[in-house]
This record gives sequence, structure tokens and C-alpha cells, in this order.
Amino acid sequence: MWKFLLPFAAFIALAVLFAFGLNPKRDIHALPSPLIGKPAPSIALTDVMDPTRPVNNSEFKGQVYIVNVWGTWCQACREEHEALLEIAQQKVVPIIGLVYQDQRDKAKLWLEQLGNPYTAVAFDTDGRTAIDWGVYGAPETFLVDSRGRIVYKFISPMTPEVWQREFLPRIAAARGAGA
Amino acid sequence: MNAKARAPRYAVRLIAALLIAVALCLLGGVSARALDANGQLEDPALQARFENIAKDLRCLVCQNESIADSNVELASDLRRQVREMLVAGKSDDEIFDFMTDRYGEFVRFNPPVDRKTVLIWGAPFIVLLLGVVIIVRIVRGRSRLPLDDEASPGPL
Repeated sequence: MWKFLLPFAAFIALAVLFAFGLNPKRDIHALPSPLIGKPAPSIALTDVMDPTRPVNNSEFKGQVYIVNVWGTWCQACREEHEALLEIAQQKVVPIIGLVYQDQRDKAKLWLEQLGNPYTAVAFDTDGRTAIDWGVYGAPETFLVDSRGRIVYKFISPMTPEVWQREFLPRIAAARGAGA
Repeated sequence: MNAKARAPRYAVRLIAALLIAVALCLLGGVSARALDANGQLEDPALQARFENIAKDLRCLVCQNESIADSNVELASDLRRQVREMLVAGKSDDEIFDFMTDRYGEFVRFNPPVDRKTVLIWGAPFIVLLLGVVIIVRIVRGRSRLPLDDEASPGPL
């Protein structure tokens, strides 16, 4: 009996393992962030449009806000731009942009030509702020609650569906957290 | 010139060619190392620690390369971070903690053994033990069979 059951059980176990491991919908590059539930690292940079204007996320303390990491070199960021403009129209939460591994002029031109969905756009000159946020690519979108903690990180282009499904419920919950 | 006179000269040439090839490989290897894109650290002890740490940190963009091997911008940012922390007198553990706090355990190629990783480190030994148990069972089963091949009713 064992002789027949054991290979069969092994087959089932492998099939289940592969069903999860080889699922084409699973993004193997999306890593869980250890920063979830931790205080958001500080952003103390200058605005991409105006180098004399500081951008500090401490100004948004007490509010729920979004941090969106992007760069003009990033094709997926171009794809999500429409969605971000649409989301900005809804005026649900402030969106802070973080320009990553890019040049100021290019980023400026991008916003002038495609529209600016951001409340403020910080320019990360040397990638240090991105390291603090555990950024390893773009686009990455963080949700910070009213107590200043990161509650969610989304690694992929933003879409209206993702906004509806993943962000809006969490924003509602995050508002409740600090009140 | 006869063959005997030519032989040693041939050997000399062969050795010279091999030496040049080895030298080129070493030079090529050095100049191709992303690790030293910003020059070496002055203190050889620090440089050695830097190399060890960089080899153990995963470049998260090209996930199977270490930041010592990768030319990606993130890898170079992380190498700069490691160098600065070394120069500032931080310990290896402090540097690894800095990285895992931001990027998670996955950033390390050799994660330390703890409650979360014990299964990964232990798995080879568990499989080995399983193999030993199976072999012992098979050998015992066969040793109970009659020695005479022709009389053997086994499934062999």
C-alpha cells in the first residue's frame, strides 16, 4: 500500500508547490518590504521643478499620503502616468513623487509634457533616500498612514483597478488609525 | 636547425604565451570588477571586509548577482553605502542590519541561521537523513531474501 501511496503523495505535494511557485501571475521580482508597519523614512530633498524649494514628508505628518517612486527612464512609469493623473483628480490623498536615478531636466520636461499628478515631487540626487525606503526599482508606490507608518507597498504600475482594490480600502483604514 | 634544438625554444615560447595569457586574465579580471569602480579603499583590511560584504549582498535588480559583480546603478549606490559605513567605523553586522532593515533578509546571500531560515539551512540534512532511512530499509529488505539468485522471487 505504502509503495503506491508515497509516490502519489509526493506527486500531489509537488503539483501544489509548482502551482504556487510557477504561477505566471506571480511577479518573482516583487519582494515583501520589511518596512511595512515601520515609521516612514524621512524625505528631505528639493523639488524637481525648483531646486530652491524643499520637499519634506514631515510636512505631511498626521495625513495619509502616497509616495510614488518614478524615473523618466522607466517604461512602466510612463504606463502608470495616466492612472496617477486620474487619481490626483480625485483628490483623495496627497501624492509625493520621488524621482529616482534620473536627471532634473528630464524629469521636469516629463511633468511639463505629460502633466503633474504630484502634490510635491522630490528629486533624489544620489539615491540615498531611495535606499532608506528600500527602493530597488520603479515604479514603487507606498502608502503612509496618519501616524506616519508605511502600511502598504505596491511594486508595479498603478492602474485605476489597483487603486480601487488595493489602495482605497487601505486609505480608509489608515485614516482611522490615527484618529 | 634540427628538431632537438627547436624543442626548448618551443617550450620557452609556450610558457611565455601561457604567462601572458594568465597575466591578461588577471588584468582583465581586475578591470572588469564592478567592485572597484570607485577605486580601492586605502586600508587593505577595510578593502577585504568591503569585498566580503559586497559579495554577500544581493543586487535586487538582477537578483542572482551580488552587488560586487553588478554594474547596475542600485548596486553602485549600495556599494557606496557600504564603503561609507566601513570608513565611518561601522561593524559588518551593523552594515548587514542596515541592509536587511531596508531590503529584508533576501538581500543576503548567506542569511544567518535563525527561526525563519532554519528550515532552509536544515533541508539538505533532512533530505540526507531521509535518504539514509530509505537505503537502510531497502538493504534490510533485500538481506532477508534468499541468497540463491535463481530461487530469488524478488522483483529485481
